[in-house]
Amino acid sequence: MKYLALIAALTPMTALAQTDPADWDAVVAAADGQTVYWHAWGGSTQTNDFIAWVGEQVAAEYGVTLEHVKLTDTADAVTRVLSEKQAGEDDDGAVDMIWINGANFAAMKEADLLFGPYAEQLPNWALVDVDGKTVQTDFTVPTDGYESPWAMAQVVFDYDTADIEAPMGSMQEILEWTQANPGRFSYPQPPDFLGTTFLKQVLVDVLDNTSVLAQPATDENYDEITGPLWAYLDELTPNLWREGRAYPPTGTAMFPLIADDELDLSISFSPGAASAAIANFELPETVRTFVLDKGTIGNASFVTIPYNSGSKEGAMIVANFLMSPEAQSRAQNPDLLGYGTVLDVANLPAEDRALFEALELGIATLSPEELGTVVAEPHPSWATRLADDWQTRYGVAQ
Amino acid sequence: MLGPVAAGLYGTLLPAFGHLPVAGQTGPNLNAFRALFDWPGLWDAVRLSLTTGLLATSVSLLIVMLIVAGWSGTRAFGALERLLSPLLSVPHAAAAFGLAFIIAPSGWLARIFSPWLTGWEQPLDLLIVQDPWGLAMTLGMITKEVPFLLLMTLAALGQADATRSVAVAQALGYGRLTGWLKTVFPRVYDQIRLPVYVVLAYAMSVVDVAIILGPNTPPPLSVQVVKWMSDPDLSLRLQGAAGALVQLALIVLGLAIWRFGEKIIGWAGKRWIVAGRRGRADPLVGGIALGIGAVSALAILLGLASLAVWSFAGFWGFPDALPDGFTWRNWMRHSGGISDALFETAVIAGAVTLAALVLTIGCLEAECRYNLPFSQLSVWLLYLPLLIPQVAFLPGLQTLFLQLGADSGRGPVMLAHLIFVLPYVFLSLADPFRAWDSRMGTIAAALRASPDGVLWRVRLPMLLRPVLTATAVGIAVSVGQYLPTLLIGGGRVSTLTTEALALASGGDRRAIGVYGLMQTAAALVPFALALLIPALVWRNRKGLRHG
Amino acid sequence: MDNAGLTLDGVTIAKDGAQLLAVSHHVAPGEVLTVMGPSGVGKSTLLAFVTGTLAPVFDATGRVMLNGQDITDVAPHQRRVGILFQDDLLFPHLSVGANLAFGLPAGGTKAERQAKIADALTEVGLEGYASRDPATLSGGQKARVALMRMLLSDPCALLLDEPFSRLDTARRAQVRDMVFARAKARALPILMVTHDAEDAQAAGGTIITLQATDAS
Repeated sequence: MKYLALIAALTPMTALAQTDPADWDAVVAAADGQTVYWHAWGGSTQTNDFIAWVGEQVAAEYGVTLEHVKLTDTADAVTRVLSEKQAGEDDDGAVDMIWINGANFAAMKEADLLFGPYAEQLPNWALVDVDGKTVQTDFTVPTDGYESPWAMAQVVFDYDTADIEAPMGSMQEILEWTQANPGRFSYPQPPDFLGTTFLKQVLVDVLDNTSVLAQPATDENYDEITGPLWAYLDELTPNLWREGRAYPPTGTAMFPLIADDELDLSISFSPGAASAAIANFELPETVRTFVLDKGTIGNASFVTIPYNSGSKEGAMIVANFLMSPEAQSRAQNPDLLGYGTVLDVANLPAEDRALFEALELGIATLSPEELGTVVAEPHPSWATRLADDWQTRYGVAQ
Repeated sequence: MLGPVAAGLYGTLLPAFGHLPVAGQTGPNLNAFRALFDWPGLWDAVRLSLTTGLLATSVSLLIVMLIVAGWSGTRAFGALERLLSPLLSVPHAAAAFGLAFIIAPSGWLARIFSPWLTGWEQPLDLLIVQDPWGLAMTLGMITKEVPFLLLMTLAALGQADATRSVAVAQALGYGRLTGWLKTVFPRVYDQIRLPVYVVLAYAMSVVDVAIILGPNTPPPLSVQVVKWMSDPDLSLRLQGAAGALVQLALIVLGLAIWRFGEKIIGWAGKRWIVAGRRGRADPLVGGIALGIGAVSALAILLGLASLAVWSFAGFWGFPDALPDGFTWRNWMRHSGGISDALFETAVIAGAVTLAALVLTIGCLEAECRYNLPFSQLSVWLLYLPLLIPQVAFLPGLQTLFLQLGADSGRGPVMLAHLIFVLPYVFLSLADPFRAWDSRMGTIAAALRASPDGVLWRVRLPMLLRPVLTATAVGIAVSVGQYLPTLLIGGGRVSTLTTEALALASGGDRRAIGVYGLMQTAAALVPFALALLIPALVWRNRKGLRHG
Repeated sequence: MDNAGLTLDGVTIAKDGAQLLAVSHHVAPGEVLTVMGPSGVGKSTLLAFVTGTLAPVFDATGRVMLNGQDITDVAPHQRRVGILFQDDLLFPHLSVGANLAFGLPAGGTKAERQAKIADALTEVGLEGYASRDPATLSGGQKARVALMRMLLSDPCALLLDEPFSRLDTARRAQVRDMVFARAKARALPILMVTHDAEDAQAAGGTIITLQATDAS
């Protein structure tokens, strides 16, 4: 026993980093005083403000200092962890937490760059809507507790009612509308996350049977399955904004284009973003959103902890706080962020439920019923191949 | 300076030849190059890098030479010089944003004349920004490089005995501009050759301006390399490294083409000089050059004005020339982030510039005290980090720092900044330092002042203005660093520039306006001080007012 | 004292193997040695050798002795050799008074130092000029300040490098007389290089004339 105590005293850092996620009291104790560097895309002022607010809360409640590292591209954080592993920095890397999903998560999980499993041991996991929302798979890849969800996203189309009278119900209708109104629609350039999502959205809408997309793409079925998509894009592209010779770099970069009246229609992955942007003067008040009759693609945003974070306990505190009713209801507030919640609101305690019920939807936001069916994300191999193919077909077309 | 660059290049060389163990790749092999050459956009990307780089450099140089030739010493020139010099410090990204908003189909120019004149209720669907020939991007580079080359040329003029040469040429019946080109240009160009190469290398490998103004189907090679380097698919990193090497080769090719062009122009120029033509079109050509110079200055100023308007804008739709309303909200919501980033930026820029000054003054003082003249080789080595594209050695450098355990944080970022700040500080201080009348030193020594005494009590006080200008240049360069801060800092060091570019990816013009202005101010205020402090300190010292 | 004064002992200066000049001479306190020759002959390198600031492209041999001490290898600021150039070279960032204070060796109270500076200004007819900006002075006034600055540093010898060639004819004789008078009053050996025969005549001492060599 004496020896054990001695060893424990001599190796405080390793001992701290090995706190068992299930022993929450130990996590809370170890987290006090830690600094968590959260690498998250920094292109949205609303999100940045939200993360700053999260920082204030965890500092006050748990003594955890949260620093938002504002990325232009989530992959930068992945690169960083990778370079650290390459250089043998295994104990205290620069990245403590990453806002992540899809291919980035798949790549990190496959390369053993993640800490965990931890997500399902967090106290607030009990509140998460595990059955109703896709929080245990990420683009069909099982999360296995290596990332914890904090927001739900679903494809919606933003349109300016000053120029478009009625919502459209299918990708085919959108195609016909662009032919009648050339140059007024665009989507972010793949491999941008949202741009690739647009390709997948077209694919699931033009296919009659989408079940094949849940499996990895194969060389045998890829051409046949994606044929209708390329046919669609070949028809669409000449009538896109700038005739498809230039594309907006990201989703939010399309807001100013709508405000400039260069676009009348665009795609978004956040049902509440349009309302928040109107409140922030970024979009005209005439903008509304719609979804397609067959439903639109939806997924969850996650946070994950790299294997070499020196502040894993602090990161778990933040991850857990993000799933709290307090944080979730704030994220859903359309004036602030407008993200969908990952919680099972109907089964929350009454006082927590009241937080959500008090929220107004926002001028351009659809209600959960109006948002309709959520179509599952295809396996990430589809996204990767679609993005590659798109670049060959349209990305170098001049 | 060679060490970090070489180490960085080595770190790029390995993956380019297929060696990246952490991604499960061991080489050497040529797979990465094969994949690169299979990329269908490669030739367009290569062509774009070459043409935009060469075009931007030659047009900038031409404008500067014609302005200086036609106008140096006149009142118009003084005004233009005062207008352009501070614009040197406007960060490239901020200038590019401003320019994009001015010239876009829904931009400020279109708004001002719509719909009352043009009849446009909706902006035209025209590919002006991000055009496939990269003209908008070239324009953006030109507006930024003209001030740089102009200042370099002004510094060189002092040693070229320009005023008297032109006077002699004019007495022989030559026009002012022709006379200058025939007598002064060859000597001046010799002096500014290295800065011109730096401009060429920069223009060929620029990333931030290209992202904003350049085409993206496909983008110039440098942008594509950065995209590959940051792709979640790790195998693309090999392709990115191979692309970085091609980029490096491209710059060597660009420099070779430029040198060839120098030879041709030199040969043709000699025939022109002895042909004896006196230059009757001089006033016209000079007028056009001055006009272009003024327009490029105006473009940056107007761009900054648009950033200012956006930072206070409520909703602002097309075709309104001004926003519906003005609000402090954008500034309020960013004030917290700005003050943190400003502090970080100031600490880094201050420390790095101080170090660069100490090193520069130390080298220059040693040069004259111990007679250790700089060889041509060491000057080239000093410039090396400016000639090699950042994407070609920064990722490798990052790995090196990691292996040394000096990962992330302010210290390594400062070191990385120093690589880029030192050449510029040296560049702006070396000439005035060397041009100082050494008899002053002899006199001071004869008055029994020690070598240190001469430096601190005579030389540096007399050189206060160039020292402060070099300081301002150093700060501006440090403020503008994006890739080194991001890659070496591991994202933990957020400066105004990293924050501004992160926000830029989201396209929120109000945020871009706020950060762009702060970024500009952070670089501009030191320049203002560099003018103001000597004017105040030496207000009763006529002999230093123009020194 | 036999060896009081400035001794140039077998001094030769060469560049790229070609000899520019060879001088061997003793200048007694209060005497003037004038070295004459056309421009470009290398006269000024002799002064640079004596002050210890000869550029390394020149090869020099011989010794320089000052009051019996060999100063050939002494650091420039410890040689106590004063020099005046054709330009006044007043430090433009300092006032007239501060320029003089720069020459004055350290020590003494502030009041004493100020008194010495005021005396020096009075001596050359510039009383009350201490706070002036040197750039606002006339050429003759600047030359006088430069002289007094040099003399205040208490040198043991005075070198003159074409010292009067920038002055107009009216001032020239006046300043020249003043320089020689002050230097002789302090019993300083003077070494002057000039291409001006009138200056050489006025100096009244030995004159060495250098010839332009083909090699230069």
